[in-house]
Amino acid sequence: MTALCDLSLTALSRALARGEHESSAATEACLARAADTKGLGAYLLIDAEGARRQAAAADLRCRAGQRLGPLDGVPLALKDIFLTAGLKTTCGSRILEDFVAPYDATVVRRLKDAGAVVLGKLSMDEFAMGSSNEHCAFGPAKNPWDPTRVPGGSSGGSAVAVASGSAFAALGTDTGGSIRQPAALCGVVGLKPTYGRVSRYGVIAFASSLDQVGPITKDVSDCALLLETIAGHDPKDSTSAPVLAASATEGLEAGVKGLKLGVPKEYFVAGIDPEVRTAVERAIATYAGLGADIVEVSLPHTEYAIATYYLIATAEASSNLARYDGVRFGLRRDPGRGVRDMYLQTRARGFGPEVKRRIVLGTYVLSAGYYEAYYDRAQKVRTLIRRDFAAAFAKADLLVTPTSPTPAFRLGARLADPLQMYLADIFTVGCNLAGIPGLSLPCGFANDGMPIGLQLLGPAWSEATLTRAGRAYEREHDWSRRRPPLARP
Amino acid sequence: MSFEAVIGLEVHAQLLTRSKLFCGCATAFGASPNVHTCEVCLGMPGALPVLNREAVTLAVRAALALDCTVHERSQWARKNYFYPDLPKGYQISQFDRPLATHGHLDLEVEGSARTIDILRIHMEEDAGKNVHDDVLAGSRSYVDFNRGGVPLIEIVGAPQIRSGAEAAAYMRELRRTLRFLDVCDGNLEEGSLRCDANVSIRKVGATTLGTRTELKNINSFRFVAAAIDFEIHRQIAVVEAGDAVVQETRLWDAQAKVTRAMRSKEEAHDYRYFPDPDLPDLVLTAAAIHSARATLPELPAAKKERFVDALGLTAYDAALLTEEPELCRFFEAAVAGHKNAKGIANWILNELLREARGQPLAALKLTPESLAELVRLIDDGTISGKIAKDLFAELVTAGGAPAALVKERGLAQLVDTAGIEATVDAVLAANAGSVAAYRAGKTNILGFLVGQVMKASGGKANPKIVNEVLRRRLG
Ligand SMILES: [Zn+2]
Repeated sequence: MTALCDLSLTALSRALARGEHESSAATEACLARAADTKGLGAYLLIDAEGARRQAAAADLRCRAGQRLGPLDGVPLALKDIFLTAGLKTTCGSRILEDFVAPYDATVVRRLKDAGAVVLGKLSMDEFAMGSSNEHCAFGPAKNPWDPTRVPGGSSGGSAVAVASGSAFAALGTDTGGSIRQPAALCGVVGLKPTYGRVSRYGVIAFASSLDQVGPITKDVSDCALLLETIAGHDPKDSTSAPVLAASATEGLEAGVKGLKLGVPKEYFVAGIDPEVRTAVERAIATYAGLGADIVEVSLPHTEYAIATYYLIATAEASSNLARYDGVRFGLRRDPGRGVRDMYLQTRARGFGPEVKRRIVLGTYVLSAGYYEAYYDRAQKVRTLIRRDFAAAFAKADLLVTPTSPTPAFRLGARLADPLQMYLADIFTVGCNLAGIPGLSLPCGFANDGMPIGLQLLGPAWSEATLTRAGRAYEREHDWSRRRPPLARP
Repeated sequence: MSFEAVIGLEVHAQLLTRSKLFCGCATAFGASPNVHTCEVCLGMPGALPVLNREAVTLAVRAALALDCTVHERSQWARKNYFYPDLPKGYQISQFDRPLATHGHLDLEVEGSARTIDILRIHMEEDAGKNVHDDVLAGSRSYVDFNRGGVPLIEIVGAPQIRSGAEAAAYMRELRRTLRFLDVCDGNLEEGSLRCDANVSIRKVGATTLGTRTELKNINSFRFVAAAIDFEIHRQIAVVEAGDAVVQETRLWDAQAKVTRAMRSKEEAHDYRYFPDPDLPDLVLTAAAIHSARATLPELPAAKKERFVDALGLTAYDAALLTEEPELCRFFEAAVAGHKNAKGIANWILNELLREARGQPLAALKLTPESLAELVRLIDDGTISGKIAKDLFAELVTAGGAPAALVKERGLAQLVDTAGIEATVDAVLAANAGSVAAYRAGKTNILGFLVGQVMKASGGKANPKIVNEVLRRRLG
């Protein structure tokens, strides 16, 4: 028999609406599962008391016939990058270890207004810098399919919680693949919306021109549902677009007949794991069988994407992380020898090695004498990459690619080699550089049982097409319904 | 060997908005520390800036008044440096794509006209204020972020100024312009107008620039000329002694009346400017710029010219009346109520400024409308100048409508000859000695007798009629 917490969000929502289940029971099931899977390290903080209170309130509303909507009473969890008023928000860093957020992020407010139950805060690479969740200052999260492997990152805890059933869905953030890559490695669904689709207000910034908030869910229907709640213009975020994009839930089941799917030839070259390649090619064949037209497209500047991404992202990060100086909030180490020493000690103790590496890199990129060669040039290449995608979308409605070049790798395997780690983002960063949406969904398993992810990319504001195409594929397979063996103590 | 100075001024002006540049906090001066702060202006994690369009309106108005080209697209940039009063670790400013460029400011220096080019005007947010008060803080320092995020424009003038006097004239003209535009209150002491000066010297006739120093902390009008002239002479002395001027930032010490070098470490900055990814470009349509230009208020120089040409004021009075917007507005409002501009100007410049004793005009009970009414009552002969002066003092402190007060208290001049004749007769009867002296040829005693009659009438008798009657009686 399926445990309550193994239902999909959509199924739970229907059951709550029909009075078949109560939010309190669903919340207890998640809390119990979180306790059972504690060893996976998904949660940095569990707010059991707050969650029970919110669930009880949701049950009261439901019994009174005043259910707020499909998310009312649904237990969710948040990557610890979202500010949650009154709850610690660490961003996976020592420098914010005791930081209690003074206000709610806009997306958190939207979830609360929709009646969602917030279970707690999820593990992540420090300041979202990483592709394995190993750069979390409070220890790594582990892949529920094999706890000796990484869950991906930086939204690793979010993917682990959803895959292992300790939350019905989670919010993550994606700067270069941080939603899609862990979703792929943990066998769940992750969406990075169009830049500007979801408010960044109250989301701790890594690289402002690339960061975007999105759902990590058990299936594509859940993803569409959650997107509808969090998306929309926010006057507090000047980069949030006042665009009325098409609904992702309407027309979800309409299929892909006649849809043109582009296969970028540069994404199927050396370095890609053969099992990943085979799984993705099979998925493409499935689409062809469903009536989609498959066309080859080219993204000629793909080879520069990683370099471009790391120049821009680190430059912005070096500036975004300057506010962690020990003056107003967070960690302060003050040896009493003046403000310069306070800065040095606070930041030396507060930031981990990967964050320091990126601050140094970003500072260098923006420095006098190097700005033109690095930052300025990276911006020009970014424009070329954007044009590549625009040209591809003139030929195809969506692009189909692998999400990650390999399935989940072993914990520690890439820690010593940052460059190798950065290559985990090779298929995902282009989407952030171009500001377009990308969806990752399960498309099979490797022989060793590790999940493989399929990535769909679309032009700006095409989330409805992405989820429709994702849903069409999902109906053909049971990949999304498979659950990992639980790592019980 | 003779030298000339090359001076360029960078002026920061605080825009008169109600709220800060990127959040809703108040800009009010003088509140308790950190009262006017929020997650945005404290640089809390996750907080994002939202542009205050009111600040843009004021910045554009200033730029147009200085005849700048206002760009339809300008860009926000981050200026990165660490300092405790800078919450985000960067200041949101504008760098290589500023709001406006290529303007100029016309001024008068010792009677001759000068034009100083404005290189650029850009917008930026202010920093907070470090508090190192030993009594308050002991060995610690505190930061007050009330000022953090307040909107500023930086006006960068070309290095075309040649002396402290010219610099002072430039600052005065700039201040006057910004105040008449309602863009900035121009208060140097409170820091709403700040002046940094780049000063260098070179041999007369040379075309290259010498090594410059940057002069900061000139926080009073009295110091602009003094600080710059000191620095010019210091540099000349350095060069004449065979040494080289060092490029550095120097602070004006108002007590010692000297400039002092700041520690050079503090200025070795690479600000790593780059476009702020949290803010879209600042876009202004050509139509919006056009309409801002069309609705620019009349500038003080134009007002002065009009006051002379159309209202018949002396150049001197017109200059005085266009120095301060408050005074000028009072004058123009009064003239709107009664057309005797010269009479009103005299009352304002002679009586009103004396009675005001430095208080703001808005604090006085006298309104421009009541001054206009008072002058009209004089001009149509209803009251005497003497009565008017008494009434004026009362209007300043207690207010009221002059015409009604005159009527209520019977202060109108006596113009009825029979009544005045009776008063004259009574005065003559009481001053027989003076009458005799007059008749004996001491005719200058007439003034005394006029005074006696005026006194007896309570100041209300028309002095012209009194004179006529007296002469007739004594004749
Ligand atoms: Zn504020």
